[in-house]
Amino acid sequence: MDWVDLLLVAARVVGVFALLLLLTMVNVWMERKVVADMQNRLGPMRAGPWGILQTLADGLKLFFKEQVTPRKVDLGAYLLAPFLAVVPAFLIFMMVPLGPGWEVAGRSVPLQGADLNIGLLFILAMSSMAVYAVVLAGWSSGSKYPLLGGVRATAQAISYEAAMGLAMVAVVMFSATAPGAESGTLSLAEIVERQSGTWEGAVGFLDPVLGFIPRWNIFPQVVAFAIFFTAAVAETNRAPFDLVEAEQELVGGFHTEYSGIRFAMFFLAEYINIFSMCAIAATLFLGGWNGPVWAGMLPGWVSAILPVIWLMLKSYVLVVVFFWIRATLPRLRYDQLMTLGWKRLIPLSMVWLVISTVVIGFRQFGLPFGG
Amino acid sequence: MGMLKDFWKGFKVTGSIGLRGLFGKDIVTTRYPSEMREKPTRFHGRHVLNRYPDGMEKCIGCELCAGACPARCIYVRGADNPPDDPQSPGERFGYVYEINMLRCIFCGLCVEACPTEAITMTHLFEMSVGDRRDAIHTKDELLMAEDGSVPHIYREDPFADLSELDAADGWLRATSPSGVAAYEGETMWQSTPGPASWEPEPDQETRDAPDG
Repeated sequence: MDWVDLLLVAARVVGVFALLLLLTMVNVWMERKVVADMQNRLGPMRAGPWGILQTLADGLKLFFKEQVTPRKVDLGAYLLAPFLAVVPAFLIFMMVPLGPGWEVAGRSVPLQGADLNIGLLFILAMSSMAVYAVVLAGWSSGSKYPLLGGVRATAQAISYEAAMGLAMVAVVMFSATAPGAESGTLSLAEIVERQSGTWEGAVGFLDPVLGFIPRWNIFPQVVAFAIFFTAAVAETNRAPFDLVEAEQELVGGFHTEYSGIRFAMFFLAEYINIFSMCAIAATLFLGGWNGPVWAGMLPGWVSAILPVIWLMLKSYVLVVVFFWIRATLPRLRYDQLMTLGWKRLIPLSMVWLVISTVVIGFRQFGLPFGG
Repeated sequence: MGMLKDFWKGFKVTGSIGLRGLFGKDIVTTRYPSEMREKPTRFHGRHVLNRYPDGMEKCIGCELCAGACPARCIYVRGADNPPDDPQSPGERFGYVYEINMLRCIFCGLCVEACPTEAITMTHLFEMSVGDRRDAIHTKDELLMAEDGSVPHIYREDPFADLSELDAADGWLRATSPSGVAAYEGETMWQSTPGPASWEPEPDQETRDAPDG
């Protein structure tokens, strides 16, 4: 490893970081626009064309605002919490493979912040870490509404992370059956590569009809996708699972006592998490960066950048669904949230795991006692 | 499953409205300072003290508006008209006339109480002031000029929309001497500040005569 490698690693990390900040800026603006459209409003229109710089303006405003620190806060945890929210959010996105990789200076550079072989586990770990931020913020604020929000966050995270993890297990298990795969993998780059191509040859006599469909995990794992997506909405504390913030009941929930840039960091973390969750859902279920690149027909740099665009497109479809859900569904009552998590999603994901295990087992090893 | 059906119904509503909104249809927002919503003819905006066409003030300083005001925001002090320079055609005129716009609730009772239609309302609703004391509008700021133009407290303000002042509230003559509320076919309101554009109301005996 010489200095070029080091430079490339730094460039990758900085690039992903910058991309994420840019995307978050667009996402906040887009949410306001999409929700406005769904409510017969215009949304932000003043800052820049169609108000696209609104987030920048808001960010600048928050940056220069006074940061009120209430007297009763537990100062250490109070100051730590916003960072604890932002750092895992960035780390989660580092795991998402943006493309198959480029050739730079004779080295192949994966378009990914870091390609961990335990990528999925790391994502689960980091999304649990993000809950600490909410809990700590609620606890250290020394005020009752944030505390309630923090307590809710704990319960919610536990209930939905289990379902999310089980849905991921089903995907990991399924991707072990991809042609040429020797074993299961937790590396996201690997999981995406196993979704390339089409289902041709995998669906038996239906080949002529269904053979053209891309080999995405969503088709066999649609139930897992539904569970994962629901759990992702709950993980990111978005409506209708935004009991942690619940403006009508808890003022602002865990961030009631935060102002200025500290509040902005929570806000940033929330939107980064939305996009990372959608990007992860696209990676696990929608084939990630897979898509036609028309190599040879288009200029080389277009073909190189197309996978990134495919991933963005897929992620943004899911992001818009996030916003659509927010504009449509009213917030769940607390007992409904728990019922949905423990009595519906977790049993459903377990049943689905058993079903897909059995089916995969039959396909791999044949029927039992069949000879 | 019933719940999923309900979800689907809701998503259809927001989705179809969202698609229409994406193409700029059914948007109800008016982009306020640059684009104004049309106000109803009888909009209750800022008050104006009117003049007769000959330039005389209509206000006779009777203080009925102050008496009718439920918010107690009008202060009037009448004075005898100086014989050599009469301000109003009557015996007295409004020497001091102040309205505290912070207290006014724009109910229009002063307009109804005025016996000479001296006080009416315009369509001006942007009355923010830089100083609390500026919110008390004095006679200088309420009385229309002799050419019929209505003053504005921040006339030089580039954002002041003076056209709002030229549109009067279309004051309805709700109280009539005869007590008959039905006035079909008669113009009961005027659309510009200034003297009433309608004929004087007939007295009670003429109006209520059986063949009448």
